[in-house]
Amino acid sequence: MEWLANFWATYSTLIYSIGVYALVALSIWLTLACGLLSLANAAFMGIGAYVSALLSLQAGWPFWAVLVAAGLAPAGVALIIGIPTLRLSGVYLAMATLAFGEVVRIIILNLEITGGPEGLNGIPQSTRGWHIVAILGLAVYGLARMRRSRTGRAFEAIREDEVAASLMGIDVKRHKLFAFVLGAVLAGVAGGLNAHATFFISPREYGFENAVDILTMVVFGGIGGLVGPMVGAGILTLLPELLRFLHEFRGIFNGLVLILVVLFLPKGIWEPRRIRALFGLGPKEG
Amino acid sequence: MLSIRKLGKHFGGLTVLEDVSFDVPLGGIFGLIGPNGAGKTTVFNLITGLLKPSTGTISLEGRDLAGLAPHQVTRLGIARTFQNIRIFKEMTLLENVLVGMHDKLGYGALGPFLISRAFRSAEAQGREWALELLSWVRLEHRAGMLADNLSYGDQRKLEFARALATQPRLLLLDEPVAGMNPAEKTVLMEEIQNISQRGFGVFLIEHDMRFVMGLCERIVVLNFGRIIAEGSPEEVRNNPEVIEAYLGREDDGASV
Amino acid sequence: MLPQQLLNALTLGSVYALFALGFTLMFGVLGVINLSHGAVFMVGSYAALFFVNHFHLPLWLALLSAMAISGCLGLLIDVLILKPLRARNAPHLIPMIATIGVAITLSSAAQGIFGAEIMRFPEGTIPTGEFTFGDVHVRAIEIGIVAISLAVMAILFTALRRTQVGRALRAIAESPKSAALLGINVEGLFRATAFIAGALGGAAGVLIGLDFNAITPLMGQPILHKGIAVIILGGMGDIRGSLIAGLFLGFAEVMSKAYLSSQMGDAVAFGMLFLILLVRPSGLFGRVLERKA
Repeated sequence: MEWLANFWATYSTLIYSIGVYALVALSIWLTLACGLLSLANAAFMGIGAYVSALLSLQAGWPFWAVLVAAGLAPAGVALIIGIPTLRLSGVYLAMATLAFGEVVRIIILNLEITGGPEGLNGIPQSTRGWHIVAILGLAVYGLARMRRSRTGRAFEAIREDEVAASLMGIDVKRHKLFAFVLGAVLAGVAGGLNAHATFFISPREYGFENAVDILTMVVFGGIGGLVGPMVGAGILTLLPELLRFLHEFRGIFNGLVLILVVLFLPKGIWEPRRIRALFGLGPKEG
Repeated sequence: MLSIRKLGKHFGGLTVLEDVSFDVPLGGIFGLIGPNGAGKTTVFNLITGLLKPSTGTISLEGRDLAGLAPHQVTRLGIARTFQNIRIFKEMTLLENVLVGMHDKLGYGALGPFLISRAFRSAEAQGREWALELLSWVRLEHRAGMLADNLSYGDQRKLEFARALATQPRLLLLDEPVAGMNPAEKTVLMEEIQNISQRGFGVFLIEHDMRFVMGLCERIVVLNFGRIIAEGSPEEVRNNPEVIEAYLGREDDGASV
Repeated sequence: MLPQQLLNALTLGSVYALFALGFTLMFGVLGVINLSHGAVFMVGSYAALFFVNHFHLPLWLALLSAMAISGCLGLLIDVLILKPLRARNAPHLIPMIATIGVAITLSSAAQGIFGAEIMRFPEGTIPTGEFTFGDVHVRAIEIGIVAISLAVMAILFTALRRTQVGRALRAIAESPKSAALLGINVEGLFRATAFIAGALGGAAGVLIGLDFNAITPLMGQPILHKGIAVIILGGMGDIRGSLIAGLFLGFAEVMSKAYLSSQMGDAVAFGMLFLILLVRPSGLFGRVLERKA
């Protein structure tokens, strides 16, 4: 059992980040499922991380309350910016959410209370493995049920054809806002978990590159369902570690994998129908 | 009754509709015909809230529809189909119809998250009702198929079923047989008659005169954004102004 | 001090405009948010350094060679990656992600080959002359940078306005489909655009490298953000808008660094961008080239 203890000591941070990024990937999946290309989720994650860390450090709140706040704070922000922003579509929405993300990052970078570029140190390490598993499980369960409900169908209808969806009696604006805010909650909680797992947070972890990384995980994994984003988060979090032997060149591999998946696996690497076919089980339905 | 009064629509300096008034009963089959570009689809877009009228009013049973969003108009009992079919192609037939029931499944946004009996029974009833609607248009045996794989005529039938799922009092059909072959046209004509016989009001746009004549009880004729005739098919057919409007545009296939 | 700041702003702004021009061309003509543009910029910078170090080329020749290299890189990205995605009609998010992959690959390649540390042009490469007008100091290199950026942009504007190719490009920006119906060789012009955009990005890289005399594998990232800001401000796909917005951003940056804290200046800039997008998604200057499918 000693090797297990060693293994855990070495890799627990990595395994935590896989769980955390799976949660964030789900948050972006949720907005994409509704046809929204939002790059704000890294910022929502940052808001969750900073709010929860500050409440732990300065107000001494218990961990569970801190996590609730980590979800609610970005949700409030999402509600406020969502109402005007979600009128934009496609690339314009992506650019607006990107600009918003930069504003958040720069504000964090310049406030005194957030520790500026040095970030926050000494955050209590309250996050346990089972916290992440439980919250991720809850999120997957909830989203899976939602997909099979009228809300999930409404999201898909909006993604395919907004006008037709509105003429089915679906309030398109409200559903988009709901997806955006719920996505912010998931990202914020993930941020809270992350802050209390890593001891230390800094503005660098929540910028444009991270927004893009998260989006990449989802596209890489596949947006057709809930498993794809999590698989994508897992692989892309592990990949840099697995490629350590390539030293400075591992980024090249990382980038190439991304290009190849986009070119040759348009539905992401997790595509149940193709995987079933690969194992000779054939498609479920024609 | 859907009442349209002095309806007008301008895009910039271009007048698309002017002083259009007529009533559509919430039963039977009512037709709006006119050559291509007469402004027919604009009338539908104004009724369903996709466009805002420049002048005039639209009301359903005395209730003004001004300023309502499309989903609100749908909830008041007006459903529509599109000239270029707009089904949800990546969903199954059953899911397409279930989307139409969005507002009729009685559980809130949080319903699915709780293991509630109300959620499950509403979903089960919805499914049953959706299959029933699919059987009306004889597509129930394909309920689990992706809508994208349907033939053109069947896609139109699915669009009918999906629109009926919103439980409309009036169903607006925008050129339902456009682009169909003669066999498909005959089938769709039957479907439309069935829908009407089940008690739904039907209001259809068409430029194929022969198709409308056999189907509608009452017809309004639109030309260049104005109404030029109204009456029974017989009256409209013999109206010199209507003949003029259509003969003058023989080339766009109006009488085919 | 103000004239001195204005001069610095003009230098920075004209390079931003040059960079953003390639970015906006790619969006306007190909409909792609090309997030590898920053990496192409970085490659241009290293290429110039390489030509100076190994072939002892004069600066102007190194600039042209670097533009050729980065242009070919842009072309390669189009042919190998963007074209297959166009062919299968991928939604616009997909090419954007593919270009992220390109950016990661290129910057790690540079890091692997040249190392992460700052590289500089050898002594004597960059003209050190300086002129003084009153209390304003003008470095010769700054004059060169402004002149080259403005000249390149002027040539491009004239070409777009006056030539047959320019008209064809504008037709494609309106609608690739109708352009193809008019007998325009759309694919060929896509390739040409990718080459030109790459060359512009590379030129901007060389000029920034000369201005700060510092070249690093990650130098493309901050300017990519600036590029995004410029095309939002100028209107996406709007060429004249990106020139004005590039200059404007240069001024905003220099002024806020001089009179506010440097970081808060950025916050104000991006906050403004966010508001502009809400109020005028088509940008402050001019109309948007809304693409008809």
